[in-house]
Amino acid sequence: MQTKKLTFRNAWLPYLLLAPQVIITAIFFLWPAGQALYQSLLRQDAFGFNTTFVGLDNFTRLFQDDLYVNALQVTLIFSVGTTLLSMSVALLLAVLVNRMLRSRDTYTTFLVWPYAIAPAIAGILWWFIFNPSIGILPYFLEMLGISWNHRSNGNQAMLLVIIAAAWKQISYNFLFFLAGLQSIPHSLIEAAAIDGANKFKRFWTIVFPLLSPITFFLMVVNVVYAMFDTFGVIHATTEGGPAQATNILVYKVYRDGFVSMNLGSSAAQSVILMAIVVLLTVLQFKYIERRVNY
Amino acid sequence: MSSIRILNLSKVYDDSTHAVKQINLNIDDGEFIVLVGPSGCGKSTLLRMIAGLETISDGELYIGDRLVNNLEPAERDIAMVFQNYALYPHMTVYKNMAYGLKNRGFSASEIEERVQKTAKMLEIEQFLTRKPKALSGGQRQRVAMGRALVREPAAFLLDEPLSNLDAKLRVQMRVEIKQLQKRLKTTSLYVTHDQLEAMTLGDRLVVLNQGQVEQVGAPLEVYNRPETLFVAGFIGSPSMNLIDIDHLDKSINAHALSSLPKGTDILGIRPDCLSSSQPNEPSIQLECNMTLFEPSGAESHLYMSLKDQQQILIMRVESLKQEFSEPYFKVYAKIKDIHPFNKLSGKRTD
Ligand SMILES: Nc1ncnc2c1ncn2[C@@H]1O[C@H](COP(=O)(O)OP(=O)(O)OP(=O)(O)O)[C@@H](O)[C@H]1O
Ligand SMILES: [Mg+2]
Repeated sequence: MQTKKLTFRNAWLPYLLLAPQVIITAIFFLWPAGQALYQSLLRQDAFGFNTTFVGLDNFTRLFQDDLYVNALQVTLIFSVGTTLLSMSVALLLAVLVNRMLRSRDTYTTFLVWPYAIAPAIAGILWWFIFNPSIGILPYFLEMLGISWNHRSNGNQAMLLVIIAAAWKQISYNFLFFLAGLQSIPHSLIEAAAIDGANKFKRFWTIVFPLLSPITFFLMVVNVVYAMFDTFGVIHATTEGGPAQATNILVYKVYRDGFVSMNLGSSAAQSVILMAIVVLLTVLQFKYIERRVNY
Repeated sequence: MSSIRILNLSKVYDDSTHAVKQINLNIDDGEFIVLVGPSGCGKSTLLRMIAGLETISDGELYIGDRLVNNLEPAERDIAMVFQNYALYPHMTVYKNMAYGLKNRGFSASEIEERVQKTAKMLEIEQFLTRKPKALSGGQRQRVAMGRALVREPAAFLLDEPLSNLDAKLRVQMRVEIKQLQKRLKTTSLYVTHDQLEAMTLGDRLVVLNQGQVEQVGAPLEVYNRPETLFVAGFIGSPSMNLIDIDHLDKSINAHALSSLPKGTDILGIRPDCLSSSQPNEPSIQLECNMTLFEPSGAESHLYMSLKDQQQILIMRVESLKQEFSEPYFKVYAKIKDIHPFNKLSGKRTD
């Protein structure tokens, strides 16, 4: 493709126009990232008087640390759970809404609202709903003979944070799935109907495969979200507890760095997180370039 | 293979568009029917009702002896070729063709055999492993045909299947479709608004207008004897000249006009029935003024306006003659070539 070449009369203008973005990126991303990289190679003594260069020692220690390995597992379960839940519910909603003709826009508007709510507020919301003493859900679960206490039960705590984190993401996924569904020519579905496929079969053999580029894109976005953007949710609901059961990597970075003041280890952890983001992003670009499937 | 019987079929859409109005049509087993009509006249709607993709508002539809009003598309045993082909983009050509058989529970060996046979017939064997994206428009069209053929359905429904092809390919496919249908003898319903396809393809032509059947008949029969003003103007290219009788010179044409049936006030004359030399049999005479000459190789068309009138007439001519450049020249039409109509009823008067 031929790109249009734009010429500016003033040689400095293009740099000036780019400056705000570059400055913001530098101050809020590049500089802290560099700091983290640097910090990850250092260790401070318990009182913060003495800083020594320790090379990769922070990293090797991390992988020998049971708590960190636990956090890795927790993060895996949490992000897979959140991604699966938010995507499947979003897909279901998108399919249902897509079948409506007149009320489609109304439903879409309502289903998008949750996305405008800050994660911390969503967290508080779920905190109230699931609160073992005053929440409405434990009350109903009690009637079914299930005793809910995510403060002592690690699995329940995990379930809670997964629901709380997935909830908001459903809106985002829903919009993409709906757009994807609408871009599938109706004649394909009709052709499949004539070809003897029932509704269920049409969905799994025609619609779902055609959504695969979107599904993959959303998968990466959701994993990234679950791994890095859910600090607020965890902080407002379980604070990583009980007994580390919901202590995901991002939350552990914060706890180790700002609560326990173990800066070197915390920095090493964030460097690992950064590496994971880079990996996911590369994966996504590679895959999108190949245009998936057709 | 089976017949299709359409009884008082109507379609009213949710927004109360009355797209199909009380259509009656009997299609014999093995017959090739072509549906023509202007855009928006309800051709696709009728076809989709037969396919089961649109609900039937009123009336009855039989495929074979079965009343299929409430059957799902899959249960009607029909195949449809869509205008945009509607090939499954994520499946290879083979899988596209096998899909319908698989859903109907055919064995793998039978699927293989049928797909290979059909692919051979349509000369698409070498594309079986490709995805539709990697095919040209014409090849996609063949695959779409193949997907319909492979199932050996009771009837084919085709909605403007050739309209996305270029002119040359369209002619080629038209001939092939006709030969294929002759060979397979599968009941077919073919929608088009291409004049040539309408005239050449079908055993019978059905002309639709505003959701109603205007005329049914063999193509030439419809061409030679259009029953309504609408059909007269619609079938034939360039279209028939429809001249208001008041625009003629009454004194010169008095004798000729008196021989026309009672109630005639519109004269339909095909462009090739006008001539600039006076025939030696009863004819009418028009005074015209040339507006445009349009040569197109095989035949040329002369556009002219009737003296003192706005109306443009079209005449087929061999070449541009000296006399056409005169302010007014005379053209003639034999009485026997005139299609007489009544304006009010829109019907033929003879
Ligand atoms: N889903 C629908 N809802 C409401 N009205 C519709 C719908 N589909 C078609 N119509 C209307 O029904 C009439 C017939 O449409 P149809 O598509 O059958 O025309 P057509 O003869 O196939 O035209 P074309 O040659 O342009 O394809 C049109 O007036 C159209 O606007
Ligand atoms: Mg149509």
